[in-house]
Amino acid sequence: MKNLYTWGGILVVVFASVVGDVLLARAMKQVGDVHDLWQRAGLWAVVSRVLGNPIFFLGVTAMAVAFFSLLFALSWGDVSLVAPAAASLTFIGNAFAAKIFLHEKVDRRRWIAALLVAAGVALLAG
Amino acid sequence: MTFRKYLVLAGVTVFAAAGDSMLSHGMKQTGNISLHHLQGIILALLNPWVAVGILLLLAFFASYMNALSWADLTYVLPATSLGYVLLALVARFVLHEQVSPLRWLGIALISGGVGFVAGGPALTSHEPPLLAKNATNGAPAVGGGSSAQHDVAAASSGGQP
Repeated sequence: MKNLYTWGGILVVVFASVVGDVLLARAMKQVGDVHDLWQRAGLWAVVSRVLGNPIFFLGVTAMAVAFFSLLFALSWGDVSLVAPAAASLTFIGNAFAAKIFLHEKVDRRRWIAALLVAAGVALLAG
Repeated sequence: MTFRKYLVLAGVTVFAAAGDSMLSHGMKQTGNISLHHLQGIILALLNPWVAVGILLLLAFFASYMNALSWADLTYVLPATSLGYVLLALVARFVLHEQVSPLRWLGIALISGGVGFVAGGPALTSHEPPLLAKNATNGAPAVGGGSSAQHDVAAASSGGQP
């Protein structure tokens, strides 16, 4: 029962994280390189540009859901299982989501990385 | 990739691992949260370990947003997966949790993925950032549309005595 709770929590964390990561990545690409923007227009321009982006707030909302699910999951399972499992499964979901929704070029190099992580996750669960 | 960008990626890694570890330690002190006693979350937030953990995760978030502004999502995530190794070390030697050999192997495989991504390009997405359209760097302009910009630039500089 405790395992079921832990893995249920992990799955909720993963789904919310993937949605949040994709939305935040898209928002920050719209903002552009914050270092360049900071040097050209100052910190205030960076802050107002990020906070003025509605996609950023949708991403933060999804991340908040992921964060509180993680609090639950961490109180049910070991940190060396919950944190890597949630983060690694999020990484695999993100590889698909980034290719589909962000049009990133997920090449063989990046898929191999995803497979290594998937294998690592399977071992962490064992 | 500049030194500054490697520093940002290192920040994402360290802040995430440290924040998660402190949260875990704090949550073990406050005990299980039940769906029927949600006020337990408020009590958890008063725990200093949880509070500092949240501050560290805010620092993580700032570095993460910084990294995402100039790199792919599929680059930033694996490039920072060395955090899992850090997390395992913290879990074993600071939180004194059991980390079995199989879990160590899993952690090693995950971090092995870093090598496959680190050598590739950081940014591959097709859509240029909005910033690029407004950028006025000294790059040589190509095409009919940009010659008009040159005319404007020439006219404005010519207007100055």
